[in-house]
Amino acid sequence: MIGRLMELAYLVAAVIFIYGLKWMASPTTARKGNALSAVGMLIAILVTLLDRQILSYQLIIVGMVVGSALGVWMARAVKMTAMPQMVGLLNGFGGGASLLVAAAEWHRLVQPGALMSTDTAVSIYASTLIGGVTISGSVVAALKLQGWIVPDRPVLFAGRHALSIGLFTVVVAMGVYLGFEPGTVWAFVVMNVAALILGILLVIAIGGADQPVVICLLNSYSGLAAAMTGFVINNHGLIITGALVGASGIILTNIMCKAMNRSIWNVLFGGVGVVVAGSSDGGASLRAKGVRTITTDDAAALLGYGQLVIVVPGYGMAVAQAQHQVRELADHLHKRGVEVLYAVHPVAGRMPGHMNVLLAEANVPYEALKDLEEVNPNFERADVALVIGANDVVNPAARHDHASPIHGMPILDADKAKHIIVMKRSMNPGFAGIENELFYDSKTQMLFGDAKKSLLALITEVRHLE
Amino acid sequence: MTETMITGIVIFVLAMFVGFEVITKVPSLLHTPLTSGANAISGITIVGSAVVAGMGATRLAAVLGTIAVVFAMINVVGGYLVTDRMLAMFGQKKAPEDKR
Repeated sequence: MIGRLMELAYLVAAVIFIYGLKWMASPTTARKGNALSAVGMLIAILVTLLDRQILSYQLIIVGMVVGSALGVWMARAVKMTAMPQMVGLLNGFGGGASLLVAAAEWHRLVQPGALMSTDTAVSIYASTLIGGVTISGSVVAALKLQGWIVPDRPVLFAGRHALSIGLFTVVVAMGVYLGFEPGTVWAFVVMNVAALILGILLVIAIGGADQPVVICLLNSYSGLAAAMTGFVINNHGLIITGALVGASGIILTNIMCKAMNRSIWNVLFGGVGVVVAGSSDGGASLRAKGVRTITTDDAAALLGYGQLVIVVPGYGMAVAQAQHQVRELADHLHKRGVEVLYAVHPVAGRMPGHMNVLLAEANVPYEALKDLEEVNPNFERADVALVIGANDVVNPAARHDHASPIHGMPILDADKAKHIIVMKRSMNPGFAGIENELFYDSKTQMLFGDAKKSLLALITEVRHLE
Repeated sequence: MTETMITGIVIFVLAMFVGFEVITKVPSLLHTPLTSGANAISGITIVGSAVVAGMGATRLAAVLGTIAVVFAMINVVGGYLVTDRMLAMFGQKKAPEDKR
């Protein structure tokens, strides 16, 4: 009877999670939604502690205290720019927990006298595979995002696809072998190691610009891993909840891929990011045209006497930690009656929606943050498009140059503004490694230098305007 | 395949569709908090971790289970708190001079 009631309590928790996610649909209710979801989690945990199978609470309490303390510390310490690493790492912990639960259950069920059904065995192996890929993949992704291992450039080597397929085959083969020889420790260990290496291989070949997709994908995996744990311990609440998170990750992965005009297979196996040759002639004719530069006082005049300024922030802005200066500049422009909008491309930043978080941190009102479809019609009436550290997402080559690796990618129509000011450190090409036509446009003027310093100079100049 | 497994698969597939329906409505503005919030929910593995750690069927299982509890708890607590931190920024009351 208690078992049945517990099952219902898990269902209640799952329904609460669904409502929590539903409330995420609006900035006004999202915070409540997250809190609600946390209540659901609390219910699930409390109900679990009533489980008759639990004989001792010591280890659980120790684990919970240590985990909570680490969780609180991580959540407090993390900078908003480092959010992608943080989420990546948290994904990894979830996947790691699934991997460990699978291993613990396996060890329990291969003891003399215990019996492992085929279903449970398959669930355990699936949990090992997905959990293993999630934890090692997440750790590599987080290290890459942090810049601690070969930043940005994908690591590619001949035969990596064959190696991946080989590792996957090893996992399956060990599963089959364990079916005949249950309790073979070495086979189970080999399975775990193969899953872990597979995760590393999957992520290490993906370039910096594609990291947003990786984070979404790993998020999906961590959900699927939780669902697999549900199959292992036969808990429907876990299956539902894991499926919800899995679905969320799949949708975001899909959105990211569309925003880059790539298929998921292309992101995972294409190894794009090694393409260096841009338009048909490698950008030589563009470079021959040269760029025009602008002084800060001229730029300030363009901005200060305009009616509509659209800021196009890119990761360069985040790297320079310049979001606060952007907002300060916008404040001064507001005072002069200039309307300021922010054009946020879906892949701006290192994870979906990252740029919005960075701007929100700088107190930019969320009503001014516009997504691609919303903002694009506004560029034609904009006096200035102020491009700060963004590159590929404003490259008009995406529209017409069939030879370009970013051809077909939806872009922000910054080139349709009356004037374009591009703030950039140097003329280095973006992640995709291609020349940007926008920089050579006759309406475009470049403001070279560190984004933060340039913005501070702009603020001073705007304040001195009449 | 047993009936339990089939029931599990049915629930899994239906829950995926519920997930698709709910998540599609979230605007790109909130995709980062959504990811980290959903991520916190995936810490539901705490349920399995706690049972395994508490059963302590074998010494190894108890150790693995306890580490799993630590991992899952980091996922849950860290995930919810950091999501809340982000969402608090979106809900801020704006100073009057920002109003256009």
